[in-house]
Amino acid sequence: MSTSSAAPTLHASTWDVECIRADFPTLNQQVHGHPLAYLDNGATTQKPQVVIDTLTRYYQNDNANVHRGVHLLAERATRDYEAAREQVRRFINAASTREIIFVRGTTEAINLVASSFGQRLQAGDEIILTAMEHHANIVPWQLLRERTGVVLRFIPITPQGELELERLPELFNARTRLLACTHVSNALGTINPVEAIIAQAKAYNVPVLLDGAQATPHLRVDVQALDCDFYCFSGHKVFGPTGIGVLYGRETLLESMPPYQGGGDMIRTVSLEKSTFAGLPYKFEAGTPNIGGVIGLGAALAYVMALDGEAVERYEQQLLAYATARLQEVPGLSIIGQAANKVSLVAFVMEDVHPHDLGTILDHEGLAVRGGHHCAMPIMSYYGVPATTRASMAFYNRPDEIDRLFEGLLKARKLLS
Amino acid sequence: MHNELNDLYQELILDHKRHPRNFRDMPDATRAVDGHNPLCGDQLRIYVRLHEGLIEDVSFLGAGCAISIASASMLTEALKGQSIETAQALFGQMHDMLTNDQSTVDPGSLGKLGVLSGVRDYPSRVKCASLCWHTLKAALDGDKDTISTE
Repeated sequence: MSTSSAAPTLHASTWDVECIRADFPTLNQQVHGHPLAYLDNGATTQKPQVVIDTLTRYYQNDNANVHRGVHLLAERATRDYEAAREQVRRFINAASTREIIFVRGTTEAINLVASSFGQRLQAGDEIILTAMEHHANIVPWQLLRERTGVVLRFIPITPQGELELERLPELFNARTRLLACTHVSNALGTINPVEAIIAQAKAYNVPVLLDGAQATPHLRVDVQALDCDFYCFSGHKVFGPTGIGVLYGRETLLESMPPYQGGGDMIRTVSLEKSTFAGLPYKFEAGTPNIGGVIGLGAALAYVMALDGEAVERYEQQLLAYATARLQEVPGLSIIGQAANKVSLVAFVMEDVHPHDLGTILDHEGLAVRGGHHCAMPIMSYYGVPATTRASMAFYNRPDEIDRLFEGLLKARKLLS
Repeated sequence: MHNELNDLYQELILDHKRHPRNFRDMPDATRAVDGHNPLCGDQLRIYVRLHEGLIEDVSFLGAGCAISIASASMLTEALKGQSIETAQALFGQMHDMLTNDQSTVDPGSLGKLGVLSGVRDYPSRVKCASLCWHTLKAALDGDKDTISTE
């Protein structure tokens, strides 16, 4: 019954995409009379059968609250919940499960840090962000600025969609308290050189938070090798359930931070006058957690870790190269975000074809893409576009789906221009 | 298979998208109101010149999808020279046709505007068609300078 024993299908190192696709039941359906080509993985990924089965099994057999009852179901639920925490620890190679905090998603992870770590900050203290952040890594800091008067500084980006790292040194000073940066851009696909950024921050003794929501589905992450202080990611973008995510925090930092929310499970003792708080990681997990989500996430990460990581990266890079080349053949199409290092994501605009119309037209061809500002309005204004269309690919996508996207784009162009 | 899609992108809508009518600034406008759909980035500005209960002139500028541009273009054609009262009534009918599954409004009674009835089958696109109407209503009511669909 435990999460870690939920065996994913093992795959050979040569990428057998049909074998992988068979693990994802959602992919096998018709949309408007066409086979579904799901190219919206940046928004959320589909779930392998093992995750669906794990969720069902938990709710059918083991449903109980964790860390409370002495009855058998409570013991099973608690065991599987904590086994998933160990699975997460291995997934990002954290030193200890005390550093793994379950939250609703990346957004809540960043809000937790802004609220708790931010409580110690004072007016005039500074936080460095970048101009390519998702709203989830901008707005919590703006709210903190309103509460405390901290100053926000931004690493600018280049027209290719890369960070202007040569501008970073001038942003540090004696008041810099944190650098928060996305590992991979959701709107551009850029893989940021986070090792170099962290090295610079360390030289100024500044802790670093990485938003890993778009990195974890594509890259292998090792928080100890990165030497980052916080790492945030969402379960649903890495083939797990929605409503569950992870905050990794360096243990010494987490120890020094006040609780985020108060309630059950996060306390040691409570009297009407005063409470003392539980140790890590429970200090940050108030109330009954998303137990099913946690156990499902554990199954998703076990599935991903059973894949050959290098083969995944190689295959996705082939998809990216193919998609980039094909889309460049479409007349009037401009790719937004042409960094040298990207995950398998292509964002673009087309002359005379608005992303919203394109989304509807492509949907009628069975193609699921995302049109909009991708919760990254500062990036849209930098490029002077109201919105883009984004095709984001996972390891289960196929080159023929890119061909269908190409045909769909030609069709849309013919219809609308 | 494409019949559904053609219901949405009818030739009349595509014509207004390609050649929007009254797509211009209005220096002597009585009111100008900005409409914004933050979900897709559509932005419109609607200008009206009002005189003794009549819409003497109505025009718009903006950027958006085919549905939002065509809807705004058709709005200006339908309302130029009409009374404010007629425009308010038309707002009510358009709103009902676009958003109410049980709508009793006969699209045929709305002239060219009736072609937008297909939008109702696309819940994610209803706001594209209704943005200009909400913006117009704010211009007629004179109570807001900007409106947002969210």
